[in-house]
Amino acid sequence: MDIFLQQIINGLVQGSVYALVALGYTMVYGILGLINFAHGEVVMIGAMLALSSLTALLGWGVTPLLALPISIALAMLGCMVLGYGIERIAYRPLRHAPRLAPLITAIGVSIVLQNLAMMIWGRQYHSFPQLIANTPHNIGGAIINNIQIIIFILALAIMAGLMFVVNRTRLGRAMRAVSENQHAAQLMGVDINRVISITFMLGSGLAAIAGVMVSANYGLAHYYMGFILGLKAFTAAVLGGIGNLRGAMLGGLLLGLIESLGAGYIGGLTGGFFGSNYQDVFAFFVLIAVLVFRPSGLLGERLAERA
Amino acid sequence: MSRRSLRGSLRFGLLATLLRGFFLMVSFDKRNQRWIIWALLLAGLLLLPFITDALLGRGWVRIVDFAMLYIMLALGLNIVVGYAGLLDLGYIAFFAVGAYCYALTDSPHLAQAFPIAFPAGVHLPFWFVLPLSALVAGGFGVLLGAPTLRLRGDYLAIVTLGFGEIIRIFLNNLNAPVNLTNGPQGISFIDPITVMGVSLNKTQHFFGIAFPSVHLYFYLFLAFTALVIFVSQRLEKSRIGRAWMAIREDEVAASAMGINTRNLKLLAFAMGAMFGGASGALFAGFQGFVSPESFSLMESIMVLCMVVLGGMGNITGVILGGILLALLPEVLRNIVMPVQQALFGKTLIDPESLRMLLFGSALIGMMLYRPAGLLPSRLRRRELGGDDAAAEESVYDATH
Repeated sequence: MDIFLQQIINGLVQGSVYALVALGYTMVYGILGLINFAHGEVVMIGAMLALSSLTALLGWGVTPLLALPISIALAMLGCMVLGYGIERIAYRPLRHAPRLAPLITAIGVSIVLQNLAMMIWGRQYHSFPQLIANTPHNIGGAIINNIQIIIFILALAIMAGLMFVVNRTRLGRAMRAVSENQHAAQLMGVDINRVISITFMLGSGLAAIAGVMVSANYGLAHYYMGFILGLKAFTAAVLGGIGNLRGAMLGGLLLGLIESLGAGYIGGLTGGFFGSNYQDVFAFFVLIAVLVFRPSGLLGERLAERA
Repeated sequence: MSRRSLRGSLRFGLLATLLRGFFLMVSFDKRNQRWIIWALLLAGLLLLPFITDALLGRGWVRIVDFAMLYIMLALGLNIVVGYAGLLDLGYIAFFAVGAYCYALTDSPHLAQAFPIAFPAGVHLPFWFVLPLSALVAGGFGVLLGAPTLRLRGDYLAIVTLGFGEIIRIFLNNLNAPVNLTNGPQGISFIDPITVMGVSLNKTQHFFGIAFPSVHLYFYLFLAFTALVIFVSQRLEKSRIGRAWMAIREDEVAASAMGINTRNLKLLAFAMGAMFGGASGALFAGFQGFVSPESFSLMESIMVLCMVVLGGMGNITGVILGGILLALLPEVLRNIVMPVQQALFGKTLIDPESLRMLLFGSALIGMMLYRPAGLLPSRLRRRELGGDDAAAEESVYDATH
């Protein structure tokens, strides 16, 4: 039973990070109908920027409690600029091009970012400094530490904030209008280019936070970390119904749970035939099953159009 | 005749042929001109490994061989993406299936897992294994396609991507409890390809000329590429090809015209997979070694880039894209180091990442410059043409 609880906790923490990244995919998809393949790399850049500024700040003798928020803010800022730049350079000129063209530029951006990061930060793994006392708490036989609690609560708070922005503010209304119908929104006086830019920046800011969370949770950062994370987060977005914010959150949490429970139990269930090294297969099998039986995702809208 | 003078005379012979061809072209009418261009092209291709060897060295012949494999793969994917309009991001999985098929049936590996059944491993003839690989890959294509083909656009892309990853993870992990794929170490000591009793793995002499192994593989791959081009061309003009393009343009309209969209999409998937599987078998025989590392998502993306960059649905474009993207990283590899040495006197930036950086930028640049591909197919160009009304509408809408 305590293994079960432990896997649930691990799954929820991992899932909340997936959810944050998935939100970035789903916002862009909702507005442009485009898979932003470079999003995973933005997560990685966010983690790396935070790590570098954190190391620098700590080196100057800034107290850790001040250094952490500053470096996260710097990482967010850097990623927002990056997200804006990606959209301007790689996507905006191709808005009227064949559908696959922006996919190729996205792949190009992804390759460029990955190799830039490799040049700047090298091939080695960087360890993330431990700033928060990592006291383990015992809940019913399962162990959860401070970092995991902070990640989970922060992720929920950010998601709530995003929901507020999208559902209650003028900007959010403009975003929803653009995703509903670009031309009509333009006729109603919405500055489409501005809304799209802001969407990219919001998504990239979330990606930066997610990057910091991942590297803080595992204590590691690496130039290649964005790729598989991006893939999983995209899976999560599709699982929940891409283009749907609530879907991305639900999909992220579910994917985290499925993965950790699957990895925890598959060995016992198959008599040791499959081990936890099949964790990734599990996620993709679930994805395929969901798409086959419910092509619009769990909370997907516009089933008739997109399916 | 010594080696050097042979090379010299070959080069001279080519020059003479070119000149004669030029004079003939001037004097003959259009019909003959076309034949001469074809003959020149064929002569150039037949001499290509010798020319490459003489000018750039043996390593480049190997690179050209790999470029041929990529062209075959790109043409196979072109059937799925270019003709039928189904975005497949896991295409390399079929290549992997073909390669492992060959590796398992033509290596001592199975002796490890089943020493009683196969004490010496399995060594089946090439002409049996090649169609077998194609069929098995085609079977996997149907297996993947049957449940997923009612998905459209990006959803299909993600499912295929997931499928590609699943295949790779299985290849990586199926070394326990039964050692089927030998895990991340891969399968080595694969038998070289033997055509009509001639092993392609060592230098052979025909008509007094020495043909090294890489040259022999080049001619084999050239023959297969020609076959794939021929089949693609016939398919494009056939009833099936036209039906695929109708589905690509408008699935609802196509099915209203009496086209069985489900079966035809499945056929496109299976065909593409078969080409992928056959190239995989060739790859395994050529390389002598397969491991899951060769079949990462990046490879799928690379092949897709070749198709899109060259111009989807246009065979010449796809071939051009294949050549460009297969050679570009190698050319960059050879440029990046010396240029840095010359400029700074030492290697400042890791050449591997610099070359990939330039490659990524080139992808972005080429796409921004020609969004429909370098040589878009005529039909596509008409659809997506410059300033007409269709271009006004956001193409992202095309997914809905």
